[in-house]
Amino acid sequence: MTRLIRTLLALLLALPLALPGFAQAQTGPLRIEITEGVIEPLPFAVPDFIAENAAAGQFGAQISRVISDNLTGTGLFREIPATAFISRVADFGAPVQYADWKAINAQALITGAVSVQGNQLVVKFRLYDVFSGAEMGSGLQFAGPTDGWRRIAHKVSDAVYSRITGEGGYFDSRVVFVAESGPKDNRRKRLAIMDYDGANVQYLTDGGAIVLAPRFSPTGDRVLYTSYETGQPRIYVLDVGQVQRRVLQSQPGTMSFAPRFGPDGRTVVYSLEQGGNTDIWSLDLGAGATRRLTDAPSIETAPSFSPDGRQIVFESDRSGTQQLYIMPASGGEARRISFGQGRYGTPVWSPRGDLIAFTKQHAGRFHIGVMRIDGSEERLLTASFLDESPTWAPNGRVIMFSRETRGADGTTSLFSVDITGRNLRPVRTPEGASDPAWSPLQQ
Amino acid sequence: MMTFPKLAVLGLLLVLGACSRSALDDQGTNDVTLGGATGALGSPSDPTSVAHFQQVVGDRIFFQVDQSTLTQDAQATLSAQANWLMANADYNAVIEGHADEQGTREYNVALGARRANAVREFLISRGVPGSRIETVSYGKERPVAVCSDESCYSQNRRGVTVLRVGLTG
Repeated sequence: MTRLIRTLLALLLALPLALPGFAQAQTGPLRIEITEGVIEPLPFAVPDFIAENAAAGQFGAQISRVISDNLTGTGLFREIPATAFISRVADFGAPVQYADWKAINAQALITGAVSVQGNQLVVKFRLYDVFSGAEMGSGLQFAGPTDGWRRIAHKVSDAVYSRITGEGGYFDSRVVFVAESGPKDNRRKRLAIMDYDGANVQYLTDGGAIVLAPRFSPTGDRVLYTSYETGQPRIYVLDVGQVQRRVLQSQPGTMSFAPRFGPDGRTVVYSLEQGGNTDIWSLDLGAGATRRLTDAPSIETAPSFSPDGRQIVFESDRSGTQQLYIMPASGGEARRISFGQGRYGTPVWSPRGDLIAFTKQHAGRFHIGVMRIDGSEERLLTASFLDESPTWAPNGRVIMFSRETRGADGTTSLFSVDITGRNLRPVRTPEGASDPAWSPLQQ
Repeated sequence: MMTFPKLAVLGLLLVLGACSRSALDDQGTNDVTLGGATGALGSPSDPTSVAHFQQVVGDRIFFQVDQSTLTQDAQATLSAQANWLMANADYNAVIEGHADEQGTREYNVALGARRANAVREFLISRGVPGSRIETVSYGKERPVAVCSDESCYSQNRRGVTVLRVGLTG
């Protein structure tokens, strides 16, 4: 095992919620580098990708910057600035001068080259384990339209992250959210979509109606959300590419909200309110048939499917306060999984299936937390005046959520945090933002 | 996305809203009738006027934290609302249920629905036909008071009876 891999395994094993697969991989003496509770990030260098023709000029540096931002943003890596470089990478094919990179303590080195061929951008990269003096994996090449250069940079980043950590990547993904502007008592809310890092924001609704809590389909091409377009909350499905929407439920005298896709992309679970009582229903998008999944005088809402589609986690106040429950996807008996102090809501099943993210309200504070699906090992990741609506990165290692600040001038914005509670970071958006939902990795 | 007919309807509502809102702002409230026009406000001294309903009868009641039970004060206000609605059969009512910001978004939509329905049931129990009363929940999306302490939260945990001219039966 190379030193680079060992170091990264050490980092991952240091995470209290490290997965069983990694626990098995623990062999030999591992050095866990923790300084005052903070893991020492792994130093890497990513010289500007070489432009192989004139048209590729600006892309080399831009792509390297995005890769660096992606890796640095994980909190697991630290970039060594170009000013420290001893050797220059002028030729993608030339042998790497390991000693020069070792001298500046770059444990990982990423090199690349860019060319423009017609309207296509072609990007090649290689990853080196400097201290072992060897390439990690083999070089890869991506091609795509030039205006999609950021996506290519994200794909390179995903490959690097994945090779070094053994985890799936999450950079080539998008986030759908609610953009918020205007004063607190007259907020304008628009559905918006962007790259996971806040780039390429596009608005999907016009702000004429309140919109809430969007969710992606399993393939990322459609979005479910709730809108007050008719005056009553109703659930809609929107085709992201075409920006076309249709209402899914419009039974008079009822409200529908909190829609989520099942992993088959065809089943939708949602909350339906009738006569003041809210229960969970499912809808088959193909047949249009609905089915009632809960039947209780309490509030049942915020459903979320397990990745295998067999179970649904949801919140209910049947015990007197909001708590989390799991039931079969067809309805039936539910078992409570949250037992700590306070109220628990907005459960979201991890894409890996092992954890439930939630919002916890206790003693006047809000927290984002995770627990195992049997309710054990509850771990609070954040604390603030108002944190809510967690959503999982495609690899199940990072959670994005919205945070609102106190007072008349309070604003809402997005943050991300890893599942150990480390690396809390703001997500850049052009205006206020709430209710994020992370897409799967793009194809 | 937005069609032209809808823009026209929205424009009409904004025009109608402009006159009613300035009067409402004097009362320190800013509920907006989203689904339809309320018509002329009239004068509070005219007991058949919308202004009288809002300012003398009282168009809103307040709830305890995470509750939908009606306090004695709330029941008194709603009894007066029921009497007014039965005396003024030209009007229908939309009950808006609202929550304060101390709760998760979707739960608060459900909680607001529970509150709006509690108001509706009470009005029905006092003789107002159920066919004249609709409900809608705004959850925590439409606060009237924007500070982050109980003095504002208590104003936001509310049920508001919004009058509509009953043309649609």
